[in-house]
Amino acid sequence: MGRLLLVIRLAAKDVRRNRAEALLLLVAIAAATTTLTVALALRGVTSAPYAATRAATSGPDVVAAVQQSTLPSQLSGLEHAPGVVASSGPYLIAMPNLVVDGHSDPVMAEGRDPTATSVDQPKLTSGHWVRKGGVVIERSLADLLGLKVGDRVGLDNLVGGGPGPGGGPGSSAGALRAVGPSFEVVGIAVTAALQPSPLNTYAHPSGFPEAGLVWVTRAAAEQLAAITGGAFGYTLNLKLADPSDALTFAAAHQHGGLVLISWQSIAAKEGLIVSIEQTILLTGSWLLGLLALASVALLVGGRMEQQTRRIGLLKAVGATPALVTRVLLAEQLVIALLGAAVGLVIGWLAAPLLTNPGASLVGAPGAPTLDLSTILVVFGAAITVAIVATLAPAVRASRTSTVSALADAARQPRRAGWTIALSSRFPVPILLGMRLASRRRRRAVLSAASLAITVGSLVAVLMFREHANSLDTSGGLGGLFRFSGPGDPLWERGMNVMLVFTFALVLLALVNAVLVTWATVQDARHASAIERALGASPDQVGWALVVAQLLPALPGAILGIPVGVGLYDAVGRHASTLPSAPTLLGVLVATVVVVAVLTAIPARIGARRPVAEILQSETA
Amino acid sequence: MKTSGGTLVACRGLRKDYGTGEGLVRAVDEVELEVARGETLAVMGPSGCGKSTLLHLLGGLDRPTAGELWLNDRRIDELSERSLAQLRRREVGFVFQAFHLMEELTAQENVELPALLAGRTPRQARDRARELLEEVGLADRSRHLPSTLSGGQRQRVAIARALANDPLVVLADEPTGNLDSTATLEVLRLFESLHARGLTLVVVTHDERIAATADRLISMRDGAFVDETRLTGGTSGSLAGLIGLGS
Repeated sequence: MGRLLLVIRLAAKDVRRNRAEALLLLVAIAAATTTLTVALALRGVTSAPYAATRAATSGPDVVAAVQQSTLPSQLSGLEHAPGVVASSGPYLIAMPNLVVDGHSDPVMAEGRDPTATSVDQPKLTSGHWVRKGGVVIERSLADLLGLKVGDRVGLDNLVGGGPGPGGGPGSSAGALRAVGPSFEVVGIAVTAALQPSPLNTYAHPSGFPEAGLVWVTRAAAEQLAAITGGAFGYTLNLKLADPSDALTFAAAHQHGGLVLISWQSIAAKEGLIVSIEQTILLTGSWLLGLLALASVALLVGGRMEQQTRRIGLLKAVGATPALVTRVLLAEQLVIALLGAAVGLVIGWLAAPLLTNPGASLVGAPGAPTLDLSTILVVFGAAITVAIVATLAPAVRASRTSTVSALADAARQPRRAGWTIALSSRFPVPILLGMRLASRRRRRAVLSAASLAITVGSLVAVLMFREHANSLDTSGGLGGLFRFSGPGDPLWERGMNVMLVFTFALVLLALVNAVLVTWATVQDARHASAIERALGASPDQVGWALVVAQLLPALPGAILGIPVGVGLYDAVGRHASTLPSAPTLLGVLVATVVVVAVLTAIPARIGARRPVAEILQSETA
Repeated sequence: MKTSGGTLVACRGLRKDYGTGEGLVRAVDEVELEVARGETLAVMGPSGCGKSTLLHLLGGLDRPTAGELWLNDRRIDELSERSLAQLRRREVGFVFQAFHLMEELTAQENVELPALLAGRTPRQARDRARELLEEVGLADRSRHLPSTLSGGQRQRVAIARALANDPLVVLADEPTGNLDSTATLEVLRLFESLHARGLTLVVVTHDERIAATADRLISMRDGAFVDETRLTGGTSGSLAGLIGLGS
């Protein structure tokens, strides 16, 4: 117990002494665990809400639909098909325009009875079910249009020409004028018989246009059909004796204009959206984990440089190498645990950003569940990162000879003969910078790899945008992530995923750039002091430290381009669309400039340390 | 104040404080000093008396708290960091007790470095380094890393490096503090040859035998000069005989 207390006290004292570094480490781990938490939180969103929605709404096993103005006997005949145990409908579908604040969107208005049905009874999340003069809006559509219970909307044929089916949400009405009845939004509900808006192609993409869904009374649906030139179609919801037969049943009865879709198909398409986000986030969290590992390794490496003398003192007063290792590990572990807790909370709070816009399911909106396994995985990952990055340098530091540790002897640098020879042909800052960079090859590789991951991820994001933009201009849905462009909830959700991911990534990359420089400053303090004693100015030494960071940064950034393409190809499902050459060049230049600016600050601080003091204190 | 014709280094009321309040330490206390061109000055005193701090002030490695400092008719205590760097590059050569060689550079590359910092071409720097290593007797060790050299050899490399840009003054801080008797003799012989060439040397030491080789000896205690002796033998005498080393 006494030994444990000693370890904790020593670790706590050191954390207090180096607060800035501890904070940087905390940020690095929190950024990685935030993304991991979001990715894990989305895990449940993929399947659980659909199952919950299906249960809460008595979801149908098969939805049958037909697009014609009169009810065909084949559709109603399905009620008595073998294997069907219950049904609701057929319901008339009208296709009016929903007019909200001068904007119009085509919607499917399904005529329903005010009483509940045994199959596909939409679950109200607010308000009441259909009644005369009232309309119930499907929740993802309500979210998209900002509608709430009590609002008034028009359901209408439009005079003066409209955008027509497929015009997409948010189309401007312009000179359009509503002539039909006005409705009060009486309720907002979710259903399991529909894919999320605007992917609610209902039965089949070729059968029904992309439109939102609303429910009105049967009478209102007939009235709307009358003013829009007749019924748009009919739909029937079926329950089977064995729900697992739904796929076979749908395939067997799909003929003569009838379109049938199984619950499994709807579930798969619901899940597709979030599962893609989850793929991105999980990939992102792995990348962020790698960057966090690099951060921790750099921090620990830098701190070991600083702590040589402290380690010597600990050993001189009787601390065993094992105790020293434990103290060093304890420091990083405490910070890692704190970082994981911060990341868990931020990730939990950020997750709804990714699920709210597509709130077509029960359980999807609001904070996704944070179960014990997520908590364990996040803390486990943080602890693993801390241990992996710390153990080797901690053990090495604890085994350093006490005498040389007390003398604060600098670790022997590597010699790169050709770099030294080549560098003498360059101006002083480049000469010193090249030599500095070549002293610690592993750090240079780590730095380049860190930037390659960051730039690679940025390139992948740009490729995603490029692809999404090309879809937007073509005007249709489909493509990599099935985004149609700004305004589309899937687009918004996808961009939110990218935003969280990119923010965490850039934050960590910035932290890494500062850490690499600081580690270099620490490591090069003796060499820099000698150079200054020999006549190098603080500016020259400062610029040399910047150059030492830029040398691995440039190849790292260039390498990031193929890394990004590979990443995009691995995650995406469509052919790569490379960003334009000026964009890529811009990313490279911006990366180099940002690295230069970020490293200039610690480099400047390091270059202005008193020379005499360093040379006096270090006898190596 | 300005240095007189024969004076290369001068200081008036030179003071260096560390800390504040009760923790104030006066490392150099109102020092008045003049070093003539070509003179070898030894500064002696116990550890912590301020002699290394004085040397750092004279070479522009540190800034005084008060007083004036002149080098070659130029006041240097008010110079910018950039100007001080140029001064160290062109006019001052340092030799440290701990050698302070770059461990990843060979002996020759270490000696080339000051010349490269001064803007010489790689060829000029290389030629000068070879010349100096020849002079200090290490031509055959030019491609060796410091870790493979003996203490005396490392200090000779450091001396060669100090001479790379033909400085006006060489400031040596305990140059033989880490050396055995044989290596000490090698270093002193080098200093003797530098003195003979008219180079100005300021050597800080706590070894009386080393101090005895100088033209003048100043004793320091608690940051102040307490005694000054002009030595007759100096480095022009029999070095080995003076310090009791060799024949």
